[in-house]
Amino acid sequence: MSETMNLVAPAPRRARTSLEPNSRPRPAGSGSRAVGRTILYIVLIVAATAMLTPFFWMVMSSLKDANSVFSVPVRWLPEVFVWENYVDIWARSDIGVWIRNSLVLSVAVTALQVITGSFAAYGFSRISFPGRNALFLLYVATIAVPWQSYMIPQFILLSNAGLANTLWSIMLLQAFGAFGVFLMKQFYETVPEELSEAARLDGLSEYGIWWRIMMPLSVPAIASLSLLTFVNTWNDYLGPLIYLRDPSLWTLQLGLKNFVSSLYDTDYGVLFAGLTISVVPIAIIFLLGQRFFVEGVATSGLKG
Amino acid sequence: MTTTATPQRAPRRRSRLRTRNTLLGWSFILPNFLGFATLTLVPVIVLFYMSLTNWNIFGTSQFIGLDNFTRLAADGSFRTAFVNTIYYSALHIPLTIIVSLALALLLNNKIRGVAFFRTAAFFPYITSIVAIALVWNLLFSPDYGPVNEMLRFVGISNPPGWLTDTNWSMPAVVIISTWKDMGYYMVLFLAALQTVPRELHEAARMDGANVFQRFLNVTLPSLRPTMFFVTVMLTINSLKIFDLILVLTDGGPGQSTTVISQFIYRKGFEENDFGYASAASVVLFFLCIIVTVVQFMWNQRKSAR
Repeated sequence: MSETMNLVAPAPRRARTSLEPNSRPRPAGSGSRAVGRTILYIVLIVAATAMLTPFFWMVMSSLKDANSVFSVPVRWLPEVFVWENYVDIWARSDIGVWIRNSLVLSVAVTALQVITGSFAAYGFSRISFPGRNALFLLYVATIAVPWQSYMIPQFILLSNAGLANTLWSIMLLQAFGAFGVFLMKQFYETVPEELSEAARLDGLSEYGIWWRIMMPLSVPAIASLSLLTFVNTWNDYLGPLIYLRDPSLWTLQLGLKNFVSSLYDTDYGVLFAGLTISVVPIAIIFLLGQRFFVEGVATSGLKG
Repeated sequence: MTTTATPQRAPRRRSRLRTRNTLLGWSFILPNFLGFATLTLVPVIVLFYMSLTNWNIFGTSQFIGLDNFTRLAADGSFRTAFVNTIYYSALHIPLTIIVSLALALLLNNKIRGVAFFRTAAFFPYITSIVAIALVWNLLFSPDYGPVNEMLRFVGISNPPGWLTDTNWSMPAVVIISTWKDMGYYMVLFLAALQTVPRELHEAARMDGANVFQRFLNVTLPSLRPTMFFVTVMLTINSLKIFDLILVLTDGGPGQSTTVISQFIYRKGFEENDFGYASAASVVLFFLCIIVTVVQFMWNQRKSAR
């Protein structure tokens, strides 16, 4: 945080507070602009602090002993760093099983979503046939239909198929959403048709064009879709809550939620260690692929 | 829009091409469509039938017409859930739009550390609801929580009980969900802001428009398509709110944060009254569809003008 604070001072020459993006350097601003700029930074730093404080508190609490998570006045930093919490959580819970289940689900759902989604998107964007647009409209319309409104018939359907209380249920219900089709179609429509035309003249089939031309070209879109799908599945709570009753099938989210109710003492440090473990992989994925997250959200959103 | 081959003169060849394209198109769409149809379309259709039956845990079901709906209309806890859902949406939608647009406007300046601030804002959105709910529950803890401690520090001797207080629980939920969602909508606004033509701002500046006039007359009109999309998505997401509340408060204290989705969950998965829960689901379904259609029509009328 202090590093960002220092950046305020050396920048008065470019100070400005107007709203539009400033892509070219502007002439020296007046004193009031420098003041405005300082205020801008202060506001941003306060906002960023508010955003990140809960995470900071979570990580710090995961290193405290049982009695000092709730101390009045609040101690932000642990007096003694209790690294054992990260060992205890493995002994006191089935966190290893939960992580494995979450990983299996997230990877399977992501793979299915990317393959079937991009395959269907090719059909929607590159092959014209009667009824295509109506079918796509049907996909889009389901965005306005909340899952909560049809979770009951869906549950009965999957139970009758014998899939409730198996990992298959979550894979199936997460993998075929309209979102993947939608995002990939938006991207495919930006690829010039001439490329496919040339490939067609060279004798490539439509499947060949999808695999050899569109897939390699759409790596950024695939990255966006994969990251968003992975994170969504990893964080999903409601689906596993309804379908995965057997403790050996619990995901990390479900397991941690149940772990809370099994805490007889106030050993919140261990709980926070578990929560930190559940957030860290997502944080790393997000930091590595930040560009793809932002682009994925922006493209699937803007042209909606 | 796109054709896979140049148009042929002979009509027979054209119809053969059409058949070929139809088969080809469906072959691409089918793998996804099979899953989509069985897991989304079929359940939605079945939902309407179920809402007219007394389907229960034993799988026995009789057609009972609109009885479930008359029962809903007289059910006080459903009315509470309905009102709470509207209350939540009425707070969450405007608050999220204002905060995320404000953040986007701030970050649209040429400043250092944009990536850092954007990351900070987006991070809550990709964090699991379980972690968020457990952490905020303790942050908002009335006696020992850091939030109230800070409020006492600035001189508020009797801070609210937040999630333990029937009057404050919903505002607390709104604060947490806004904190979680704003990064996502900020990214949408930010992407749109970057497409606003600079010339428009320059021209307005030449005409002597100040910052606020430029915001009202240049920025806001250019943002209209995004504003529309954000409003539609936020509305649907607010009307269906559930996961966060389920982990945070489980609808309590009392029924102060019970929402429609939770009512459906309770009746369906806890009381196994599937028919009745389906009727409540139909209400949620139409609530979302009607609000979306109205927003679309309103948007069309405004863009026609």
